[in-house]
Amino acid sequence: MDSNSLMQFAGAVASGAVRVVDLTFTLSPDFPVIVLPPEFGQAAPVRIQKISQYDAAGPAWYWNNLTFGEHTGTHFDAPIHWFTGKDLPDNSVDTLPVRDMIAPACVIDCSAEAAKDADFLLSIPIVEAWEKRHGKIPPRHWVLLRTDWSKKGWRDYANLKDDGAHTPGPDAAVMRWLVEERNVIGFGTETIGTDAGQAGHLDPPYPAHHFLHGGGRYGLQCMCNLDQLPPTGAVIFAAPLKIQNGSGSPLRVLALVAGS
Amino acid sequence: MIEPIAKPRRKNPLLRTRLPTSPPAPRSRASHGFTRAAAEGRFMLQRCGACNAFCYPARDACPACLSADLVFVDAPRRGMLLSETTLHVPADVHFRERAPWRVGLVAMECGPTLLAHLHADCAEGQPVVMSLQLDKSGQAVAFAHPERETPDMADDRQWREMTADPKFRRVLVTNGRSAVGQEAVAALKAAGASTVFVGIAEPWKPFRGEDGLRALDGVQIVPLDIGDEKSVTDLAADIGGKVDILVNTTEHVRAGGLLDRHGTSILRDEIDQSYLGFVHLAQAFGPAMRMRGADGVNSAAAWVNILSVYALANWPVFGAYSASQAAALSLSHSLRAELRPGGVKVANVFTGPLDIEWFQTVPPPKVAPRAVASAIVSALKRGLEDVFVGDVAEEIRQRLAVNPKAVERELGR
Repeated sequence: MDSNSLMQFAGAVASGAVRVVDLTFTLSPDFPVIVLPPEFGQAAPVRIQKISQYDAAGPAWYWNNLTFGEHTGTHFDAPIHWFTGKDLPDNSVDTLPVRDMIAPACVIDCSAEAAKDADFLLSIPIVEAWEKRHGKIPPRHWVLLRTDWSKKGWRDYANLKDDGAHTPGPDAAVMRWLVEERNVIGFGTETIGTDAGQAGHLDPPYPAHHFLHGGGRYGLQCMCNLDQLPPTGAVIFAAPLKIQNGSGSPLRVLALVAGS
Repeated sequence: MIEPIAKPRRKNPLLRTRLPTSPPAPRSRASHGFTRAAAEGRFMLQRCGACNAFCYPARDACPACLSADLVFVDAPRRGMLLSETTLHVPADVHFRERAPWRVGLVAMECGPTLLAHLHADCAEGQPVVMSLQLDKSGQAVAFAHPERETPDMADDRQWREMTADPKFRRVLVTNGRSAVGQEAVAALKAAGASTVFVGIAEPWKPFRGEDGLRALDGVQIVPLDIGDEKSVTDLAADIGGKVDILVNTTEHVRAGGLLDRHGTSILRDEIDQSYLGFVHLAQAFGPAMRMRGADGVNSAAAWVNILSVYALANWPVFGAYSASQAAALSLSHSLRAELRPGGVKVANVFTGPLDIEWFQTVPPPKVAPRAVASAIVSALKRGLEDVFVGDVAEEIRQRLAVNPKAVERELGR
């Protein structure tokens, strides 16, 4: 690509010919986080603690101290997050190739199915049906599962029952297939976690984590505005914080979409 | 006869809120024997080890035999009201605002004569029962009650100055998820609280007892995550001027000490909840409560902490938790001193292991959440500062008074 094309692209972004869609929830203390059984260590919730706000603690400036777990808010999972990816090279957010932070996406709309069944599982036949309409998923693309889950109130969004969370996600076969047969760069969801709420009962447990990270691929979760993306053609910009040996990070996820 | 207090009307926004004033505070060091007794709701007088005579007020030597062997001991409470005086124009600002004010001389059956504040149903020449109370300065004073219960006796104007009775007051219970929190809500409503605000953190997580809590009349569920400074200040912005009693029912219990825990995240959670949560609440709600200490029938009156008795002596099985409780205890003493100018009491309710999931493997006796709730209401109605609920807490208190080193060794076995 010559620099002219790149300048053309910048111009298209500036003019709105390329639409920039924010797929990110505001990082706030109110946003639900993953809940593990209490005997395990927990993700620190998001805390925003004011240092000063043009007051005695700092008369001319406003700033905050932040605390949060790596897996809070709209966030990125690196391969080192799961045991299956622990021995891979460049598997943490500070070492993963920056080139991977920009990649196209295929968006599979399962919002109708998820509305009917909170435990909806994406399967190979559903993806194959999608491919019949939109073409084969090209290599090194993100696959994003649209469920419209991000439009729910927080309680329905977390959807915790006495047998755990009930939220949609992928089944085990489709995750293995997406990684091995379609060579996806990663998998993204609107829900808390790339896996379904009940994925601990699948084989293997948490198959999205298991296969994605075992294959050196990435996860994106707690995203919103997937309904504003076309099935193909969007480009995802997802650059996690460069945390030393980090397993993931909250981040700003942007999608670039050719204008209407 | 006591005229029952009426539910307070809404405030006239054109009128200035009266600022709290304090009764005279100075006391001798010896007389803090009374302060300790009043804090725990006991009635104690000095007794001479040499001649066995009770004496009053507090002294350094026995007025009967001049022995220095004066010890505070639990004393019989009965006496007779010798004389009464009604102060119509006291020189002191605090009492002038509250005039007319009745005081009297009570001849105790055990010997000494006490100068006491009088319940309105006490009559000259009649038997009375004494208690020691903490006044709005936090100092111990003697209070005479009628011998038998009389109608609406808790509504007595002078008695209500000594207590933090929940009747017609608005209460914030900070954590409605826990069994203790839910029992406290029910007990405070039963005690006549007009509104109970109940804090719920992370409202997207369902919890046991939620439907029952929502069904209670006069109970208002509010978002409150005390570990989050902004959540606490946001709630105080809404209801800070309406919280007359704050009951901190934070509960974050995890077993373990130092060496068998991996990393510090569990310790940090404990500190966030027990200590920083307390700091957030105090900074957000404390100033308004201190300012509203004389704001009529539903003035700000009390702050209640529920603390593990292992705040006083570390139990290594729950070692890090004990330490977080000790930090909260220390902070409560600072809060108590800082709220005192407002006449707002700080009560610490000490418990042994509770009968809750996090003490599942601890053998009985364990304290029922309902017993904690009863103790909270009782502490408020009696104006207490230090309350020990259940056998374990009471035993630790007694053993600490004898030999703290022995308690340390025995808990650490």
